[in-house]
Amino acid sequence: MLILHCPYCGVDADETDLHPGGEAHLTREGPGASDEALEDYLFMRENPKGVHFERWRHAYGCGKWFLAARCTNTLEVFGTYSAQKTEPPKEICDKISGKRPGWSWGTFK
Amino acid sequence: MSEAVSALQGKVAPGEVTIREAGLRGMITLRGDLTDTKLKAACTGLSGVDMPGPGQANCVGEKGLCWMSPDEMLVLVPYAEVTAALEVLAKALKGKHYLAEPVSDARAMFFVEGEFAREVISKLAPVDLHPDTFKPGDFRRTRLGQVAAAFWMRDEDTFEVICFRSVADYAFDLLAASAKAGRVGLFPVR
Repeated sequence: MLILHCPYCGVDADETDLHPGGEAHLTREGPGASDEALEDYLFMRENPKGVHFERWRHAYGCGKWFLAARCTNTLEVFGTYSAQKTEPPKEICDKISGKRPGWSWGTFK
Repeated sequence: MSEAVSALQGKVAPGEVTIREAGLRGMITLRGDLTDTKLKAACTGLSGVDMPGPGQANCVGEKGLCWMSPDEMLVLVPYAEVTAALEVLAKALKGKHYLAEPVSDARAMFFVEGEFAREVISKLAPVDLHPDTFKPGDFRRTRLGQVAAAFWMRDEDTFEVICFRSVADYAFDLLAASAKAGRVGLFPVR
């Protein structure tokens, strides 16, 4: 069972309290974007076995969206952070580096 | 004006832990900047209690304040005072970005009273309700069985539970079944 800490209301929410929102840190391409960039935004996902960044919504709780870094292989959670961030906070990246040396995800490493 | 009635009109399921529908209760959803001094003054003035911190509820009698999210407060007042309370809020927050809506008739409230009330709730919600972690004054929005609900502890033996009116029947039956099934022995007996 996945338990994520909601950075907004500060509770440890069970998976059944949450709603998954797919991959985090997508760049929303709009009018004027190249075909490749739009295709990338609409269809291309990381789908890793290992370190992953996701969007979650505390649906039964405060209703806020937040971002989570976790391992899809072991379900280990590295941390959660505000949805207003465009990249993972340094302390979470450092924590991942400590546990999964050499990790990379999209443009992050 | 039609006569207002609560969802289950004070239905009671007596037992070692008694489930009781609270009847008509006034509730106002207030969204806005909870750090704003005027908003804080209006909330505390209406309810007569201090502003609760995140994950907290301060309630005395039928009045109280419950922290719903970083930008939402649930203001509890007696049912008959809701209209007046909304006017107070409108006056206090004039010109500010806020939303205040009466939700009294959209919700149902229950009391869960008894020695193992804690266990009755913990069987239904994915929440750590150990006496060391969840204490009177703590407030949690989560789910009960299959429906969204929120609860807080009035004292060691009393939980107050709110849910949507449309699922009041389900929530009542669920709580009553959980109470009837008896003590689990998960938490130390006081």
